[in-house]
Amino acid sequence: MTGTVELQAIADRVVAMAQHGEHIEAFVSRDAETDIRIYEGQVEHFVAAQTEGVGIRVIRDGRTGFAYAGVLDETAVAEVLAEARDNVRFGTPDEWAGLAEPDGVDVIDQDLWSEALAEYTTDGKIALAKELERLTLAVDPRIRVDDANYADVASESAVATTTGIRRTGRENGCYVVVSTLADDGDETQTGFGFSVGRSPSEFDLAKAANEASDRATRLLGATKPSTKRTTVVLDPYITASFLGIISSTLNGESVAKGRSLFKDRLDESVASSIVTLIDDPTNPKAYTATDLDGEGLAARRNVLIDAGVLNKFVHSSYSARRVGTKSTGNAIRGGFKGTPGVGCLALQLMPGQRDQNALIADVDDGVLIQSVSGLHSGVNAISGDFSAGASGLSISKGQVGGPIREFTIASTLQRMLHDVVEIGNDVDWLPMRAAGVSLVIRDVTMSGT
Amino acid sequence: MAGHDVVESDVLERVLGTAMRTGGEFAEVFIEDKRSTMAGLDDGRIEQVTSGRDRGAGIRVIKGDTTGFAHTADLSEAGLRSAAEAAAAAASQGTGGENIVALTRQLERRVSPVERFADQVSKTEKVALLQRVDEAARGSGGSIVQVSAGYADSRKRIMIANTHGLLASDEQARQSVRISVVANGDAGMQTGFQSTGHTFGFEMFDRIDVEELARDAARQALVKLGARPAPSGTMPVVIKRGSGGVLFHEACGHGLEADLIAKGGSVYRGKQGEVVASPLVTLVDDGTMSGEWGAIGIDDEGHPSQYNVLIEDGILTDYMWDYLRARNEGRKQSGNGRRQSYMHLPMVRMTNTFVLNGTEEPDDIVRDTEHGVYVAKLGGGSVNTATGDFVFGMTEAYLIENGEITEPLREGNLLGNGPQVLRDIDLLGNDFAMGNPGTCGKDGQGVPVGDGQPTLRVKALTIGGTAA
Repeated sequence: MTGTVELQAIADRVVAMAQHGEHIEAFVSRDAETDIRIYEGQVEHFVAAQTEGVGIRVIRDGRTGFAYAGVLDETAVAEVLAEARDNVRFGTPDEWAGLAEPDGVDVIDQDLWSEALAEYTTDGKIALAKELERLTLAVDPRIRVDDANYADVASESAVATTTGIRRTGRENGCYVVVSTLADDGDETQTGFGFSVGRSPSEFDLAKAANEASDRATRLLGATKPSTKRTTVVLDPYITASFLGIISSTLNGESVAKGRSLFKDRLDESVASSIVTLIDDPTNPKAYTATDLDGEGLAARRNVLIDAGVLNKFVHSSYSARRVGTKSTGNAIRGGFKGTPGVGCLALQLMPGQRDQNALIADVDDGVLIQSVSGLHSGVNAISGDFSAGASGLSISKGQVGGPIREFTIASTLQRMLHDVVEIGNDVDWLPMRAAGVSLVIRDVTMSGT
Repeated sequence: MAGHDVVESDVLERVLGTAMRTGGEFAEVFIEDKRSTMAGLDDGRIEQVTSGRDRGAGIRVIKGDTTGFAHTADLSEAGLRSAAEAAAAAASQGTGGENIVALTRQLERRVSPVERFADQVSKTEKVALLQRVDEAARGSGGSIVQVSAGYADSRKRIMIANTHGLLASDEQARQSVRISVVANGDAGMQTGFQSTGHTFGFEMFDRIDVEELARDAARQALVKLGARPAPSGTMPVVIKRGSGGVLFHEACGHGLEADLIAKGGSVYRGKQGEVVASPLVTLVDDGTMSGEWGAIGIDDEGHPSQYNVLIEDGILTDYMWDYLRARNEGRKQSGNGRRQSYMHLPMVRMTNTFVLNGTEEPDDIVRDTEHGVYVAKLGGGSVNTATGDFVFGMTEAYLIENGEITEPLREGNLLGNGPQVLRDIDLLGNDFAMGNPGTCGKDGQGVPVGDGQPTLRVKALTIGGTAA
């Protein structure tokens, strides 16, 4: 592929300019995006965009400097290198500072590129979004569509370092998403539905339309529940968000800096014994499956919590050096504008035996949580305090009842992991860094009237 | 760099001509040249200084109800024309006649005076701010176990040219410092946070005591070491001045954005002239508020920023408008068309949004509250604009018992409904203050915004804690 060859050449040229005693990492990328929004059968906007840029990290005597630019011409790249070198002067020497080094772990190839998507026509993309709007409106007469969207992105990147890392990658993907409003008298509720794929042939537009309608209409007539301690059943989508929060407590850099509530808990019981949590970006079913991490090391499978026992934290090469271990291949890079951080790549809870209906049948008094809000504001992953706005269906004597909203659910992350009662068998590979699965947690405070 | 044109006006005229080639009704070129610096301190070290350069143009073409948009980092005439062709093709398959555009330059005006642009300040000075922050926070007590701090600045030059003949430009400076502190106690770790941000130049740090901010972040974390679980249930909530403006931004402001109104995605649709809030409430969005985080000379469509009264004495007076929505309604823009960068389409966005002063003494508001929660610092939150339902994190809060502020509370969310809260404000203080700098997210784009309010009481909000 000519694109990645060109990007690799730029990265190589930068690294070749390294002076004695200097380590350099160059990351070069180019993205092409399409974003189409349909409203009432018309194209509301059509965005065709190409973004490219370079980020250069320089390390000398334990000091790190970084610079980036959103252009790739030779003068700009030279300026970026000069800026990064200048910035080195202001870093505090850090004995663990450094770049990743090849660690001999084999790369498991992933199929991340779809030629079918690359060749898909613009008219075809517009037609998909129009069709999604049409299907959604047809589900229920109470439904209005706020907008229906098609989007895709194709990225190519190259990384090179003076420590011998030299990799390229390319990846594309697409999604459709529809936002809905459901009206009943004075009341309006909202919903959304989506479908993702490596190419449009993987879309399930009917499912997206039905979910978008269902999410909005199911809350019509919802009441505010009273305050009590109760059992919650989390929908797979909610569990995936919950795992996203848990992942930040397993971040090796947070651990090294004393900022994780699990920092001294390796080999201890931190969760119910039915909880086994794995980060496995080598599983091709995972939406975020990848062959390389953000530093260019092989992505790999890591068991983080094993039958309730804390087994491992995730590390980049930097956080690993700080605590005297090896990178777990969990460097995450957000693009050319930053240096890699640490994070889980593709989390998954090992599923249980039974489906959601069976889980609910065992709940005498509880709530099926179908949506949450304010996870970023009401959850503190350092103290462990957990509080989220929620809506869903009440559960009474094993049966789901009427819709409820305008309440919060609260506990602490530490307690919730121990209070896991059962995990469903309904794994859903959502477009997030964690897979969804139904999850039952007891003894959560529901705050309403 | 001050006052220079990133692209010459005759080039822009030709690019706009190209953009209209497929029969568009309106075309616009937005050009941005931004230099930024960031410095991060964590664990006692300056981990990294980052320099960034973002430069490019976004071109949009409107035909009927369709907007075509393309952007490019190539600011040569050929690069701009190629983006203009892409935007034109995206908007329309038709053909147009010859388009001659003559641009008239608007005078620049400076709403926030700048003495020292950050790109003229040494990195040593910037890094020194962080070292002072670290020392001050760590000096606040032995229980402070971790401090991280970030400094960021940017100097951005924007130019907007459109087929109505407008040629406008602005120079926007921003500096900010944020501080996160972790304290460790018998019951686990707690966190504190403070930040400051302005649209003045670097001289703002002569007036703002960053050490004081650091000590305040440390104080929050230390206070919370002894905090008890937040209550659960619905009760009166007093919100300290300058700490709750974000609630009005999220829970009310978004619902007053004309793009949401147009699609019926707002509870405030069709409510102009109606009572939507307690008569105590006057809500304003003001892009001209000198030095504040959301202050701008012009918006990202070239329209001068304005002081817009949204709700006056409880009555909804007007919405906020960008070019597209104003055009559709045949009215004037309000200076609220903003975008994250040249890579983004503009849409209706707030600037500095705040509730004006009432008459109560803040102490009397607390004294008048038998049992409830005092929120000294509100964190982030989110809102469903169609329903008005919101949640916000309480990052520093206390119990109110018998008219007095008593014990500190652990973190939790606060939940309510925007339109209901506006009606439920029953006491409004006389101690207005602006809050921390914010980044407002909408449709995937972040823009800098400010908010503010005096101390006030809401009759009933749901507190999402764990205590009975």
